[in-house]
Amino acid sequence: MNTNGRYGIHGGQYIPETLMNAVMELDAAYRKFKDDPDFNRELTDLFNNYAGRPSRLYYAEHVTKDLGGAQIFLKREDLNHTGAHKINNVLGQMLLAKHMGKTRVIAETGAGQHGVATATVAAMMGMECEVFMGREDCERQALNVYRMRLLGAKVHPVDTGTATLKDAVSATFREWTTRIADTHYVLGSVMGPAPFPEIVRDFQAVISKEIKQQLHDLCGKLPDAVIACVGGGSNAIGSFYNFINDPSVRLIGCEAAGRGIDTNETAATISTGKLGIFHGMKSYFCQDEYGQIAPVYSISAGLDYPGIGPEHAYLHDIGRAEYVAITDDEAVEAFEYLSRTEGIIPAIESAHAVSYAMKIAPKMSKDQIIVITISGRGDKDVAAIARYKGENLYE
Amino acid sequence: MNSIREAFQNGKAFIPFITCGDPTLETTKKLAIAMEEAGADIIELGIPFSDPTAEGPVIQDANIRALSNHITTDDIFAMVADLRKEVKVPLVFMTYANVVFSYGTEKFASECKRIGICGLILADVPFEEKKEFSSVCDKYGVDLISMIAPTSNDRIAVIAREAKGFLYCVSSLGVTGIRTDITTDVGAMISNAKKNTDIPCAIGFGISTPEQATEMASKSDGIIVGSAIVKICAKYGENCVPYVAEFVKTMKKAIS
Ligand SMILES: Cc1ncc(COP(=O)(O)O)c(C=O)c1O
Repeated sequence: MNTNGRYGIHGGQYIPETLMNAVMELDAAYRKFKDDPDFNRELTDLFNNYAGRPSRLYYAEHVTKDLGGAQIFLKREDLNHTGAHKINNVLGQMLLAKHMGKTRVIAETGAGQHGVATATVAAMMGMECEVFMGREDCERQALNVYRMRLLGAKVHPVDTGTATLKDAVSATFREWTTRIADTHYVLGSVMGPAPFPEIVRDFQAVISKEIKQQLHDLCGKLPDAVIACVGGGSNAIGSFYNFINDPSVRLIGCEAAGRGIDTNETAATISTGKLGIFHGMKSYFCQDEYGQIAPVYSISAGLDYPGIGPEHAYLHDIGRAEYVAITDDEAVEAFEYLSRTEGIIPAIESAHAVSYAMKIAPKMSKDQIIVITISGRGDKDVAAIARYKGENLYE
Repeated sequence: MNSIREAFQNGKAFIPFITCGDPTLETTKKLAIAMEEAGADIIELGIPFSDPTAEGPVIQDANIRALSNHITTDDIFAMVADLRKEVKVPLVFMTYANVVFSYGTEKFASECKRIGICGLILADVPFEEKKEFSSVCDKYGVDLISMIAPTSNDRIAVIAREAKGFLYCVSSLGVTGIRTDITTDVGAMISNAKKNTDIPCAIGFGISTPEQATEMASKSDGIIVGSAIVKICAKYGENCVPYVAEFVKTMKKAIS
């Protein structure tokens, strides 16, 4: 599936020459440490003792009863240290960076979750950390900006373009070209030039590895569907990966439709994008007829990205995974529903996945199983959702 | 129309860069004509892209100015077809992979041939990905220009061996933009490249003063100047033509 950083026609390394040796150095280091027992022992120790893995697979009894169909299990990535799946990838990449002798990390962030995870691990590992975040997102997620500063990171608001996630990614790539020797770019999703999509996937694959084991222990079988939200696609590919060769398991990625896929205010890449080349990879992108990248929109800062990781584009092409679009309104409804019904406030990103489960579960039978990945916790979103509902609440 | 090789035959070549449609396509056309008159040997025309990841703030802003006027690739082709009748120096496009890919690489290259564009620089297409574009460009006689950077090290030889038109030597780490100091040993980069190719080598990124121009030209076959010119365009808008022409004259003199 995955030779030379390609997933079918997708992937590749479309980056300036200045960065080529940096990604080649990363690739060589990854090949060296990937199967190294000491590296993996260290990583497992960090996963378990620092991030709090394995994360729980929780049977959502009340949601199951209420929806009246398939049994709903929640993969609780929201219970990880720093409150999202992002820490899995950050621990992996930063351990790798440390072994490569890097002393400084840079990262982009959308919702701020990846930035917070990077700043957190940088504090713990004693590395210098700078985070690039769209000015718009800095305002939407002001608490996370302060959190990163508290952790000792420097946060650079990005004013270019739409001042959101794609601009933060561009700014971080630009920064990397100016300072490579001591610096690793901790990319936050399964995107960018090879080997990033592969590295990030491998570090997130722990999610599906655990789901498989936990569900086996609980019910002795495979799930019928695994549902996860898709921004760049890291929590989704992590949730899918160990089920790709189990054809009975439906793999469903939920993109952000924003105000609807028939409007311009959407971030649903598979539904509205077309094949293109951007941020180092060939994949699907929201763009105009001349290839100008579209200014996308979603209520969720973490899904507000005009592209999708190349492996998802491939899974879509071959029909192995399905991609659906969930609107702001539907996500907010699911956000409130899970909070009220199960006492779990999901990240607004994860609420997109919850919403699709709410649609299909009632149509499935009671012996069927849906696993929803709750990629993060919703504390960061509470104020924004209150405002969305018309309340005058500011953090 | 002259060839890229010929452009390097009357001394060191001066290669100015401007962004098409900054602020209007009419200005771009006037600028190209005036720059040829002022001594430019090749003109690099940027096709604006929404997210120019290899660009510093000066050229990023030029891209935004152009795109906010809704200038499209087709508009630029029409302008260049017109311009071609009035200038003799080689014209090359500089842009990003998605602009070409989304237009259809085949259609893009055939348009380049039709309107007399002889080279194409894609900032986000390194050696590993170039075949997808060069195989099509070759068919239409458009040179896909290769770049080497201060980090290229042992990649220089392989890149240079397959390079066409001229070799673009990136002077410094980082994105485009004016620099007070160029600290890379570009001389060493170029002598390494020259062992592997006989095409001309031009240095770009960061050059803005006549002193830098003189120094960089002494180490190469020509120099590329972008941000310093685009800055003048930003300052004077549609009235920038005489100011840019004056600057080109000064820079050309500095390398003659
Ligand atoms: C909680 C949460 N879920 C999902 C995402 C989307 O990222 P990805 O698609 O890579 O999982 C983010 C990104 O910020 C996030 O914070």
